Amino acid sequence: MSFVPQLNERSMNEINFDATPEPALPAEIPVMSPAKSRGTEGKEAAKSLIEIEDLGFSYDLGQTETLRNITLSIPKGQVTSFIGPSGCGKSTLLRCLNRMNDLIDTAKVTRGKIKIMGQDIHAADVDPIELRKRVGMVFQKYNPFPKSIFENAAYGMRIQGVKSQKVLAEAVERALKQSALWDEVKDRLNSSALGLSGGQQQRLCIARAIAVQPEIILMDEPCSALDPIATARIEELITDLKENYTIVIVTHNMQQATRVSARTAFFYLGELIEVGPTTKIFGNPSKKQTEDYVSGRFG
Amino acid sequence: MWRDLTGYAIFAFCTYFVLLCAFYIFFDITAKGLPVLMDKGTDFLTKSPETLVVFKDEADEIVQMPMSEYSVFRKDNPAAVIRDEHTHSYSAGGIMGPLVGTALLVIVCMLVALTTGVATAIFLNEYARKGRFLNLVRLAIMNLAGVPSIVFGLFGLGVFCLWPWLPVLTYEPSESAVLVFAVPFTDGWLSFQGWGTSILAGGFTLAIMVLPVIITACEEALKAVPMGFREAAMALGATKWQAIRTAVLPYAKPGIMTASILGVTRVAGETAPIMFTAALAHKGALPWQEAKGSGLFWLSDFLTQSVQALPYHIYTVSARIPQSEYTEPMQSGSVFVFMLLVMIFAGLSIYLRGRYRKNLKW
Ligand SMILES: Nc1ncnc2c1ncn2[C@@H]1O[C@H](COP(=O)(O)OP(=O)(O)OP(=O)(O)O)[C@@H](O)[C@H]1O
Ligand SMILES: [Mg+2]
Repeated sequence: MSFVPQLNERSMNEINFDATPEPALPAEIPVMSPAKSRGTEGKEAAKSLIEIEDLGFSYDLGQTETLRNITLSIPKGQVTSFIGPSGCGKSTLLRCLNRMNDLIDTAKVTRGKIKIMGQDIHAADVDPIELRKRVGMVFQKYNPFPKSIFENAAYGMRIQGVKSQKVLAEAVERALKQSALWDEVKDRLNSSALGLSGGQQQRLCIARAIAVQPEIILMDEPCSALDPIATARIEELITDLKENYTIVIVTHNMQQATRVSARTAFFYLGELIEVGPTTKIFGNPSKKQTEDYVSGRFG
Repeated sequence: MWRDLTGYAIFAFCTYFVLLCAFYIFFDITAKGLPVLMDKGTDFLTKSPETLVVFKDEADEIVQMPMSEYSVFRKDNPAAVIRDEHTHSYSAGGIMGPLVGTALLVIVCMLVALTTGVATAIFLNEYARKGRFLNLVRLAIMNLAGVPSIVFGLFGLGVFCLWPWLPVLTYEPSESAVLVFAVPFTDGWLSFQGWGTSILAGGFTLAIMVLPVIITACEEALKAVPMGFREAAMALGATKWQAIRTAVLPYAKPGIMTASILGVTRVAGETAPIMFTAALAHKGALPWQEAKGSGLFWLSDFLTQSVQALPYHIYTVSARIPQSEYTEPMQSGSVFVFMLLVMIFAGLSIYLRGRYRKNLKW
């Protein structure tokens, strides 16, 4: 039990102690997550779903690189968290994965590739619209539309042209159940989403994202605007969702990373410093910068 | 303390002065106009302007009669004693013609201004790349807002009335048409002859005049919609246009509506742009009474009619005809009705804004 001495007692209690720290592996080799190894034995080692190869990214047409030399593979069916000090490029990398950065005129991938299931997402024949249907996103500031709860959850289906009320109702119910919101809202599906609490609104945003059944869900600090109880519910939800989805989460909350994710990637000044099983990153990091950051010495 | 009081006094004085002016105008117009409206009743709104005849009868009583009534009266009573007869143009009847004309001009103007204005605002705010070109366009729009309205009037005269390459549908193409096509299956023509002095020309001229206001207001309304809505929609696989249509425009609509209603009050009151392009001081028939043909031909003929317009009518009755006690009721009545209309529209826009503010918070 070589656990991090720097973590405080509360968070110590919340960490899975039955997860045995794994031997240090090269960062690129996907590893079996400690979370997976409990209960879901029999599944083989997770396959890599997203491959980022030597990625360089610039917000100003290549003058300065916000991301440099990022090489990272994200395994399927696990939660991977991105940590690092503010401004290091976590959100930028996340938004590269569903090409949301395309919306910025001067943004540009300067080098490298991102492959999702072997397909280069910047290839000419990849439609970013189709990509985004497969790679959902949840934002830091919960942003439901000022529509009814039902319409929020059904939005993605509607823009894909689904008209049948029955299909929509089923999809909405499934999404709301998966996002653990159904019991709270099933009697008021037609009232405004803005009447929900912050935590409920964020779960509705998650429901909205999973209603279109993506393969990957990207979450950019999904709990940073929420109180601890709402945060706990979202974390529970993430743990449930990883059965069916591959999740990448950006977080500033180290305990959160240890609680929800199997793998953690640490970024600093636009570069990937270290990636590995969460227990290793927090317990026995191989880089000095990582250790300083996770122990709260800077950041 | 003493200095502070002086400051207070100056600011308060200025405020009260403005308030006083506003109330004075309001009460003066109401005091003079309301009795006219009460006196003439709905006739004032449903009859067209006419010449007023004033004379003394055999008992030396002063009699006032609209021209139409007067001619009947003379025919029926050839022996009637008539002394000191004099006439006052536009001072009898009502303001039906000007009201209808202004309404039509405003409708055409808002249709044109809103479609192009909203489209431009969407392009500038959602699609265009930020940069020098965009700044230039914004500068041009801002400058357009500062152009005096008489200049728009002359521009409209040149482009929409006189320029012959604007098409109309007609049964009798004008001599000056530059190009004429026969429309199949009808005995009408598509004639490129310009729009002349018409509702269409006036409406387009007014539209160009309010465009800067509408564009700016629409852009504000679009900017007020949180970026998060666009991102959420796009992240769910919406195309840019889908995101704008379903996650931006619905929430910008209240702002656009408020702005366009204020735009209506603005264009309804403009005289200079329509003086050369659409409005006549006198016109007996209402536009639909003179329009010929059917279907699109009727519409084209209807829209190329000239009309009377309320602000121009007020200008005519108060500045272009000799003034007397007999011409005054028409002035006061017209101004009062006009003020009421503007107030109703302004009130409507304030009401809508308040209502949407309550319903749409994010
Ligand atoms: N739209 C943008 N245009 C230009 N530069 C940007 C843009 N968004 C972010 N940046 C810059 O890119 C760098 C990385 O930003 P990013 O938002 O990815 O950081 P982050 O790691 O998510 O930080 P935080 O933890 O504060 O969210 C920062 O220096 C930021 O200033
Ligand atoms: Mg961020």
